[in-house]
Amino acid sequence: MSSYETHEYDVLIIGAGGAGLRAAIEAAVGDLKVGLVCKSLLGKAHTVMAEGGVAAALANVDERDSWRVHFADTMRGGQYLSNARMAELHAQESPDRVRELEAWGALFDRTQDGGILQRNFGGHQYPRLAHVGDRTGLEMIRALQDHGIHQGIEVHMENTVVSLLKTGDRVSGAFGYEREKGRFKVFTAKAIVLATGGAGKAYKVTSNSWEYTGDGHALAYHAGAELIDMEFVQFHPTGMVWPPSVRGILVTEGVRGEGGILTNSEGKRFMFDDIPELYVNQTADNPEEGWRYTQGDREARRPPELLTRDHVARCIVREVQEGRGSPHGGVFLDIAWIKEKIPNAAEHIRRKLPSMYHQFRELANIDITAEPMEVGPTTHYIMGGIRVDADSQMTAVPGLFAAGECAAGLHGANRLGGNSLSDLLVFGKRAGEYAAQFAMENEAVPMDESEIETIVAHTLKPFENPQTDGNGNNMGPYGIQAQLQEKMQELVGIARSQESLTQAIEEIQNLREEAENVHAIGNREYNAGWHTALDLDCLLTASEAIALAALERKASIGAHSRDDFPEKEEPGAGKYNTIIKKTDDGAMAVRREPIDELREDLQEIIDEME
Amino acid sequence: MATFRIWRGNADDAQFVDYETEVSEGMVVLDAVHRIQAEQANDMAVRWNCKAGKCGSCSAEINGQPKLMCMTRLDTVPLDAPVTIEPMRAFPLIKDLVADVSWNFKVKERMKPFAPRPPDAEDGTWRMEQEDIDHVQEFRKCIECFLCQDVCHVLRDHKLHDEFIGPRFLVYAASLEMHPIDTENRLEELKNSDGIGYCNITKCCTKVCPEHITITDNAIIPLKERVVDQFYDPIKKLFRVFNR
Repeated sequence: MSSYETHEYDVLIIGAGGAGLRAAIEAAVGDLKVGLVCKSLLGKAHTVMAEGGVAAALANVDERDSWRVHFADTMRGGQYLSNARMAELHAQESPDRVRELEAWGALFDRTQDGGILQRNFGGHQYPRLAHVGDRTGLEMIRALQDHGIHQGIEVHMENTVVSLLKTGDRVSGAFGYEREKGRFKVFTAKAIVLATGGAGKAYKVTSNSWEYTGDGHALAYHAGAELIDMEFVQFHPTGMVWPPSVRGILVTEGVRGEGGILTNSEGKRFMFDDIPELYVNQTADNPEEGWRYTQGDREARRPPELLTRDHVARCIVREVQEGRGSPHGGVFLDIAWIKEKIPNAAEHIRRKLPSMYHQFRELANIDITAEPMEVGPTTHYIMGGIRVDADSQMTAVPGLFAAGECAAGLHGANRLGGNSLSDLLVFGKRAGEYAAQFAMENEAVPMDESEIETIVAHTLKPFENPQTDGNGNNMGPYGIQAQLQEKMQELVGIARSQESLTQAIEEIQNLREEAENVHAIGNREYNAGWHTALDLDCLLTASEAIALAALERKASIGAHSRDDFPEKEEPGAGKYNTIIKKTDDGAMAVRREPIDELREDLQEIIDEME
Repeated sequence: MATFRIWRGNADDAQFVDYETEVSEGMVVLDAVHRIQAEQANDMAVRWNCKAGKCGSCSAEINGQPKLMCMTRLDTVPLDAPVTIEPMRAFPLIKDLVADVSWNFKVKERMKPFAPRPPDAEDGTWRMEQEDIDHVQEFRKCIECFLCQDVCHVLRDHKLHDEFIGPRFLVYAASLEMHPIDTENRLEELKNSDGIGYCNITKCCTKVCPEHITITDNAIIPLKERVVDQFYDPIKKLFRVFNR
């Protein structure tokens, strides 16, 4: 028998970014015993990196805004593939979720009359993003953290879950290890909430850190839950491109919200050349009108730089491919030009975009108040993820819930900026609430201890595998991870085809065989190589799901672009979701499921807003 | 090529180990550490996340200076001699570049939480002027990298972790005490269990803050003044001033 510590909870939350913390706070409202497991230290999760703001129709800046407009904007941004019920709940509940943060100490920037200030963002009809300069995510995670630590939640920092445990159909616990000594831990729970974030580490150019290896996606998939619309990976249009070591680091959309423009090597604002049909009526057709919009003119329409992220990213790629890119393979993002328009522009930029100013000055020797930035697309977010019930956030596995980026449904084919922070608040709360309810209504189920022995053996295998393969190649985890990232970038990136995707799936299968033999040096104490080896499993599962779903969707819609199928819809196929599920023989299978017609009242809102 | 002299080992046994690796344009210290980790020392422990100066995970001492590894460009560090990289020394070592910072989380937990006054408006919200929150927003920029704790001599040299909460949590206390809608009073704790008197305003913390928070001038000194105002009779104080 292997040794492990056991921790018993009513509700276990895996992941401590915004969604996990919000779920934990909600689950702890009653007398339940709540545990929270996180891969890093508390307060370091990627929510901290969100810059621009949290979308909520507070209507503090423009009273024409309402949940109905927010709902319609979200549906349009997602190309009508979103789960309408989730979009409805999200639009209705996000204002309360934002206000509640203020009661927990968050300090958003203020309007003239002392309310929460809101700013413009891509795809949002009215200024809707509550923000704190360009460090909104930090403010949110800190407010949740500082409130959460007084709610009696037990936090396990620097712990990684490697497998969920099931008893019959139900989830009954989780198995993981703590980083410091590599000791094993078993967490038993009546209900579990997955809030593990994304899988951006599957790509070479990414804004995601080492943590984002699709853990929740893989844990849920192996436990029998379904993944939905995994092909929709958001490539944020503006990541840093130079110097090489910072390639992929995010440049907030807030730069464009404050009046920043995109230009090519010829100095042209190329975004005016390609405005999609769905947005023609809402988009400015001249620079002057676009500028007025960013300065709060209610009659002006938004500049094309604030079109949805999928579209802006594609336009940037086109400019680069056609030879009009910047010296280091991006395009120019210029906020310094506003000095033509306003006095004290440099000071204004530093106040509105302090962390961008700091980031470019420190990392690229560029003063954004004086010169343009170079930017290009970076892997940022996955719209697809674990399929959940819209109201309760429960997966197909009884007792297993998911919220935040690892769950799916709200964002459809493309997420609007600012909707992820509101997503994690609204559905984090719901997941916590319904997980608590499930825990109160159901008895604990006994754990199957024999299962644990198998998991332990698997977890320790990297130490037993030989250091080199038969040909003398090093079998360390970093090489395999880098190969996967290269292939995903090249074959499952912004432009995809039958050929590239088929090849990707083959490559992923080969890498999976290699990963079986991955070797870890050293011992179990805080061993980065061992952790990377264990994360490979999840990363490969998420990558395979993305590629398989991308192969299934023979169309170019939202964030998913097929060179061989440029049309938005496959003739006769109608609107559908792609669903990934593990078959009884352990293989990954994909199928389509048609999207139900919209509820009549929701359809009316959309028609009205067209 | 450059040489990086990295602290390797655990609490029982640790020493510097030299690694040579290639250096290219724009690299930061964390890139060099990652390259060494991937190519020469897979099991090396290093904490990091955002790699953009926003999460405060990769704090270390680079050539003896407390810094974030992700924001320290190699072209600002002399490369003709080995670059030393050590974990934060004011905390116990876990392994290699990773220090045990758990004490910080315990300190925060025992501090009195935010307690707002009843809402100003019927929808449960408050009205606050931007100029009244500017200084609190400065404190809330803190990314909890704990470099200020690392450099503070009260903690680092005198090891008074049981009696002094350190600059990070004085900033936290200031962000709560100066929050326009907070109603709690934390001055007694600041004076006694939090040990604000130990700070003799040498401003080492302000100098190392990667977020450029003016810790001493804007947070600690005003808190010290509030403590004085509450606990020392103002008339006697005035008397002392006049009799100097």
